[in-house]
Amino acid sequence: MLAAVDWHILWQRIFHPDHVFVLALWRTIYISVSAQVLGVVLGLIAALARMSRIAPLRWLSGLYVLIFRGTPVIVQIFFVYFGANLLFGFTLIPNSVNFGLFTMDGAAFAGIVALGINEGAYMREIIRAGIDAVDKGQMEAARSLGMTYRKAMRRIVLPQATRFIVPPLGNEFNNMMKTSSLVFFIGVTELFGDAEIRYSTTFKPVEYFLAVAFWYLVLTSVWSVIQAQIERKLAVSERGDELSFRERVFQAWAPVAAWGRGAR
Amino acid sequence: MSSNGFVMSAQDVHKRFGRLEVLKGVSLNVSRGEVVCVIGPSGSGKTTFIRCINHLEKIDGGRIEVNGHLIGYRERSGKLVEDTEPSIARQRAEIGMVFQRFNLFPHKTALQNITEAPIQVRGVPKGQATKEGEALLARVGLAEKRDVYPGKLSGGQQQRVAIARALAMKPALLLFDEVTSALDPEMIGEVLDVMKGLATDFQTTMIVVTHEMGFAREAADRVVMMDDGQIIEEGTPEHFFLEPREERTKQFLSKILI
Repeated sequence: MLAAVDWHILWQRIFHPDHVFVLALWRTIYISVSAQVLGVVLGLIAALARMSRIAPLRWLSGLYVLIFRGTPVIVQIFFVYFGANLLFGFTLIPNSVNFGLFTMDGAAFAGIVALGINEGAYMREIIRAGIDAVDKGQMEAARSLGMTYRKAMRRIVLPQATRFIVPPLGNEFNNMMKTSSLVFFIGVTELFGDAEIRYSTTFKPVEYFLAVAFWYLVLTSVWSVIQAQIERKLAVSERGDELSFRERVFQAWAPVAAWGRGAR
Repeated sequence: MSSNGFVMSAQDVHKRFGRLEVLKGVSLNVSRGEVVCVIGPSGSGKTTFIRCINHLEKIDGGRIEVNGHLIGYRERSGKLVEDTEPSIARQRAEIGMVFQRFNLFPHKTALQNITEAPIQVRGVPKGQATKEGEALLARVGLAEKRDVYPGKLSGGQQQRVAIARALAMKPALLLFDEVTSALDPEMIGEVLDVMKGLATDFQTTMIVVTHEMGFAREAADRVVMMDDGQIIEEGTPEHFFLEPREERTKQFLSKILI
């Protein structure tokens, strides 16, 4: 069985990727990052709307989550890209979007918008839970000092909520990098699309999909490391601990060392 | 200073949580520089009452004025309507509050806790706020803890920083909500000492919800006994120690003065 695998192709895909592949990798990265950023922004707005005193804002926020968490992302992507055109006969997303400094492929832009809106629905819950997890006394203390709700939220509550938001946010972004492969279905050649195209011209699915799995694994692993760093930073500022990296490693291994001594 | 001369004036304040009426018409006037201790069994409404003074709780009846300004409400054609948020925030800036559980901002250093509101609310330049903040830290005996985060401070130290934080806004009135109740016994003294200093050396107007009768005896001008949502007895600390009038006061005092 394994003999059927063309190891050379796999090797090439992993160690000598060509520039077409690198471009596809770059697309996956910028689509995921932009969509996640959009998702966090929308999620924050929706979370604040959910806690608003104005009832229609709360309803709107609920409707948003209901719709975008309750329908498949792929359907949402199709609707954003084709929907306006088919329904109302105008082009919502042009073929290429000009941002001044650079232009972006229209389909990629539509993908970012759709993935971002979908992500926002999930981020709303995460951000709301994070805000809820901050001790109520913090808001009271801030307001007793004369801060308005907005200022207290921005300066006191949200910075503390971040610590509760980042771990699930990391999960979300990990998911996002993989889910972004769906934009291939509106014609964006990102990592998955690149593999799909090559396999359909070479009929070597195993090699190309193994390689693409490897690259997704690289992306998610790099992110895990970054996320751990961010969480460590947040924990430090919260506790006021100033442990060095070496002390941390030592602390992490201390139980193992103790166990080792016990075993002897 | 208001026309009637009181820093804080509460008249017939009512407050209910659902069906439960926790304040049943509380009236209290506090003059400038006066230290008033509010005592009473738990559930008597004393904490709720001082939380109403800076509008952390809305009141259902009566009125509260601080420096002659109606708190939390605005009079519109004879009726009281709740004030706008920025206006309430401005009023709160004049009323300092120290909480039972300190509520320091854990993501900010001791100094940043103190300078945050002056910079963000009053627009004091950072350099000046820092200088004043350092002076306040020194006053509560924590000058060397300037750059330490609350998580690294003891309960007593945290509460002293919290007092300094409230003082940084130069409030006309300071509210203390059972500020020593969450402290280990050996740390209560250091916090009370700071409060005594404020009362005697700085003539700060203070309303102190407390069970510390020792503090009341040394620093209070007046003691107010609350029970069941009402003020049932008022007098000098001596009055309460020597000849409390009400039966419920006697019972309560016999429990806390062992």
